[in-house]
Amino acid sequence: MSCLETIQAYGLRSIGIGERLLPKADFTLCQQFTLIGSGLIWNIYFAVLALMIGFFLANAVALGKSARAPWLRRPANWFILVFRGSPLFIQFFLAYFIFLRLKQAGALPWLTSAQAGALLVLVLNTAAYSAEIFYGALRSVPKGEVEAADAYGMTGWTRFTRVIWPTSMRLAWPAYTNEAIFLFHATTLVFFSGFPAWQQRGDALYYANYFADKTFNPFVAYPIVAFYFICLTLVITGIFGLVNKRLNRHLPQEKRARIKLRPQYIR
Amino acid sequence: MGLYWSFLTVLALLAITAPTALLFGFGGATAARSHVAPLRWLGKSYIAIVRGVPDIIFFLFFVIAIDQGLEWARHQILCPDWTEAIRQGNDFRVCPAAKLPLSTAPQWVHEVYGFATAVVTFAIVFGAFAANVLYGAMQAVPLGQLETAGAYGMSRRQTFWRVLVPQMWIYALPGLSNLWMILIKATPLLFLLGVEDIVYWARELGGSKMARFSDYPHGDWRLWYFLGLLVFYLGFTKISEAVLERITKRLSRGQATIGAGT
Repeated sequence: MSCLETIQAYGLRSIGIGERLLPKADFTLCQQFTLIGSGLIWNIYFAVLALMIGFFLANAVALGKSARAPWLRRPANWFILVFRGSPLFIQFFLAYFIFLRLKQAGALPWLTSAQAGALLVLVLNTAAYSAEIFYGALRSVPKGEVEAADAYGMTGWTRFTRVIWPTSMRLAWPAYTNEAIFLFHATTLVFFSGFPAWQQRGDALYYANYFADKTFNPFVAYPIVAFYFICLTLVITGIFGLVNKRLNRHLPQEKRARIKLRPQYIR
Repeated sequence: MGLYWSFLTVLALLAITAPTALLFGFGGATAARSHVAPLRWLGKSYIAIVRGVPDIIFFLFFVIAIDQGLEWARHQILCPDWTEAIRQGNDFRVCPAAKLPLSTAPQWVHEVYGFATAVVTFAIVFGAFAANVLYGAMQAVPLGQLETAGAYGMSRRQTFWRVLVPQMWIYALPGLSNLWMILIKATPLLFLLGVEDIVYWARELGGSKMARFSDYPHGDWRLWYFLGLLVFYLGFTKISEAVLERITKRLSRGQATIGAGT
């Protein structure tokens, strides 16, 4: 099989298009690159959706945490504590068994699949981490800006949407970039926890692990995943850097906050 | 019984890994600011590998890589006249004398060996993180202090040990305490390395038991076991947070940082 044929057969294997059977022996480099690359579709799917949904949830939670009313503040605090204080790995397991129970009880059966269930866990997890970031940013909005808004006669919602929130986003953005990168890395955990890979449709690490198990040789498959992830991390940094530029476009060049990679490693 | 042992396994892993990783980190950070170029490159690239790659890949990679590396080295030493290739297609074959642990070894040796590779793996990965933190901390020590030490006639080595090292800890502490939290939260990954840890036992014991095979038949309890684990980790991080807070207060006495006040 030539490399082009391999790509046609396995390029979309992870979403169930193409050859049914995975290669069994005598893996070529091309096969490994193609299959692991096709697994990457799931990593991107999880990361993009979780970030997009989690962003809104995180803003809501951050607002809740900074609210004065205890009935808003307490739940937000607990939410953040639970999801930041426990390993994501355990959260996946726990969530899977909860969803399994629900399925047995006849409710929401689709949550046991990784596509929906793991996504939900990732959304909640990233919402908790980002909420902490946004909360910190909300608290460090310069007082002068708020006072200026007051002086202009802005109050309540207008003041929030026009002054406080944009500034807090500006402040939070570098930290949020890191959160995005590490959420992306965390997506590799999905198929190693409770969630099963249906019909061997897994993510990049799932296929890399498949190859490493079959060949008992970690020196090919894992570096390939690492390569893919480094490339995509650069892409994320690029996109978030563009947004950062746009957020800070009114500031003089030297005052703009640079995004510094400060890895948070594992969650 | 296994479940309780596995909690001890996790605690032992933390107790052994944390100092080892710190040692690795110290080495890495020292290498990264060395004046010998190859050493500096080595240290810098050691720190750099943690960026951009999910750590779970390192975990999966190093465990096999260490195992195979050791067996390969022993093979070269112990069986010099072995002619067959080591990598035969999908197999990794070394001579029987080079196997690690030896196939005749009792069960506990196998378990200890598995645990040891896990510890080394954790130490390598977290050592890189710690190196990053310590490197930053070393840069944060005011340059004037080092120059003063030089002016007093201290050699580079003396300056390093007497001025830089004692002072860097306070700068390193926030990063290191963050790292400790991360280390706690990384321990469930032991399960992926093939050690029978709490995740393993929670899955085993929690799975449904039939009356025919077990004295205590019950349904699927995995939910409750994992809930227990979640609470265990929550409590653990909460306690660590409190302890680290106290250490920070203690260490920042007499330091010109914000944490020192009040």
